[in-house]
Amino acid sequence: MSETVLRVPSGAPVRPVPAPPAGRPAVRLTRVSKWFGTAGRQTVLEDVSLTVRRGEFLCVLGASGCGKSTLLNLVAGLDRPSAGDIDVSGGRRPALMFQEHALFPWLTAGRNIELALRLRGVPRRERREEALRLLELVRLKGAYGKRIHELSGGMRQRVALARALAQDGDVLLMDEPFAALDAITRDVLHEELARIWSERGLSVVFVTHNVREAVRLGRRVVLLSSRPGRIVGEWSAGDAPEAALTATITDALRKEIRRHGRR
Amino acid sequence: MGAGETVEKNPGAVADTGGETAAVEAGLDALESPPRAAGRLPLGRVLREKALPPLAAAVLILLLWQGACAAHLKPDYLLPSPADVWRALSDQWYEGTLLSTVWNSVRRGALGFAVAVGLGTALGLLLSAMRTLRVAIGPVLSGLQSLPSVAWVPAAIVWFGLTDATLYAVVLLGAVPSVANGLLSGVDQVPPLYVRAGRTLGATGVSGVRHVLLPAALPGFLAGLKQGWAFSWRSLMAAELIASSPELGLGLGQLLESARSYQDMALVLASIAEILTVGVAVDLLLFAPVERRVLRSRGLAGARR
Ligand SMILES: Nc1ncnc2c1ncn2[C@@H]1O[C@H](COP(=O)(O)OP(=O)(O)OP(=O)(O)O)[C@@H](O)[C@H]1O
Ligand SMILES: [Mg+2]
Repeated sequence: MSETVLRVPSGAPVRPVPAPPAGRPAVRLTRVSKWFGTAGRQTVLEDVSLTVRRGEFLCVLGASGCGKSTLLNLVAGLDRPSAGDIDVSGGRRPALMFQEHALFPWLTAGRNIELALRLRGVPRRERREEALRLLELVRLKGAYGKRIHELSGGMRQRVALARALAQDGDVLLMDEPFAALDAITRDVLHEELARIWSERGLSVVFVTHNVREAVRLGRRVVLLSSRPGRIVGEWSAGDAPEAALTATITDALRKEIRRHGRR
Repeated sequence: MGAGETVEKNPGAVADTGGETAAVEAGLDALESPPRAAGRLPLGRVLREKALPPLAAAVLILLLWQGACAAHLKPDYLLPSPADVWRALSDQWYEGTLLSTVWNSVRRGALGFAVAVGLGTALGLLLSAMRTLRVAIGPVLSGLQSLPSVAWVPAAIVWFGLTDATLYAVVLLGAVPSVANGLLSGVDQVPPLYVRAGRTLGATGVSGVRHVLLPAALPGFLAGLKQGWAFSWRSLMAAELIASSPELGLGLGQLLESARSYQDMALVLASIAEILTVGVAVDLLLFAPVERRVLRSRGLAGARR
């Protein structure tokens, strides 16, 4: 019932978006449900249908605990849906950036990236150069030999981004990757992410509980309700000016959260 | 709605501020990076802070010991002086038996430990991969760990006679449980986040074990190895004390036992000093540096000692 109808991108100015190849969408979820526990089962996601187009930057917005991480884990293949289908195009597994950086502390920043390259099957002699190139992409060339604990929170997330990019998939899943950062660092990382997204033609699913962040980054924003998580709203970047859109979505989110207080 | 506003909020459109972003970013990076720890401490300070205290303690113990001898608290044959023990050591040296005796025991200990590491690691991996097996054997393994391995010596002598096999059997029974349990607890403490991150990178199955699970479990595993070595060495000494025969060759345990039977207290204390020295040396020269390196490279506390 909550079948999401794709909106045609608004006719607003042409953006430097890599031409999305026609054909299969990057990710398609069909009536996906997820519940935990067998007895007295707790339904976390219910009947979620969602399509991510190639080259699209989609933000999934929802209150804390509504099932955003669960959703991404399903798409990443770390967990199986209880019902419904998930179809990821491109064959390669989607890259996933976690809420915490999840870099391996026993490797240097550069080696973390090289491990991702190695697991992807990149030959040994090409790895170092490729790792340096990726570090340069997140403007951290000097961090190659640094240990993870020697980097600041923002730098760690950039290395994590570089490692995710090393997987060279079409799809990048991001689970509130900047939630733990201060406002200035987050601002800078938003710009970096936007630049890399448009340079690389990635399809991004970005999960957040921050409306401003969602509106700022997303070409499309979907709102997930809580308990169970369903898609209850959808907006396109072109629908309204940023401020108005933020206000509208904030309203919808608050209404959604208030609903639970009344029970 | 103005076109400008739409462009503003569009992620793709911020590329033109890239130079500015890079500059802010560079500033943030510089501000947020902890200043590099100053290089190595000067040698003089290291000696003063690390080497002096234990040396002073040793000297103090020797002085107390010498004082007790000078006061004739006990007759000489019960409490030999430090000089007597030193003489016993140098006699051993001039007879040419000191190094060969120590080497005999160290060789057995090292070989037994190496085999125990192989078996213990394999066992630990197997148990961590198979839940039911772990439920079945885990308690036995923990129990074995608290069983003094000297308890195995009589049985081993009956099974294998007075041969090297007896010694190695006792060493293995003492060390394998420690190594396996160390690996298990190391694996248990691996944050699930790393395993999941590894899986999204494509490290599943064997490559997940190799690239994620084992390196992540290394600190706990090292603790198990250290304990495994201590158990190997202790078990070996216990076995050598009881199982002495000419065919076995002279190890430190056998030396200790024969000194006791000749009532040669100076030699008894000398052999104990040798056993202690080997234990401390292995810990100090082998395990401590490795452990320090592993912990320091991960930014874990405890790197300072
Ligand atoms: N393995 C699990 N077993 C049982 N319940 C789970 C499991 N994983 C998640 N849940 C439940 O599912 C719900 C959604 O969790 P999830 O982590 O997906 O939320 P989230 O939207 O990512 O929250 P946050 O904003 O705090 O990160 C929570 O109520 C949680 O308790
Ligand atoms: Mg979450």
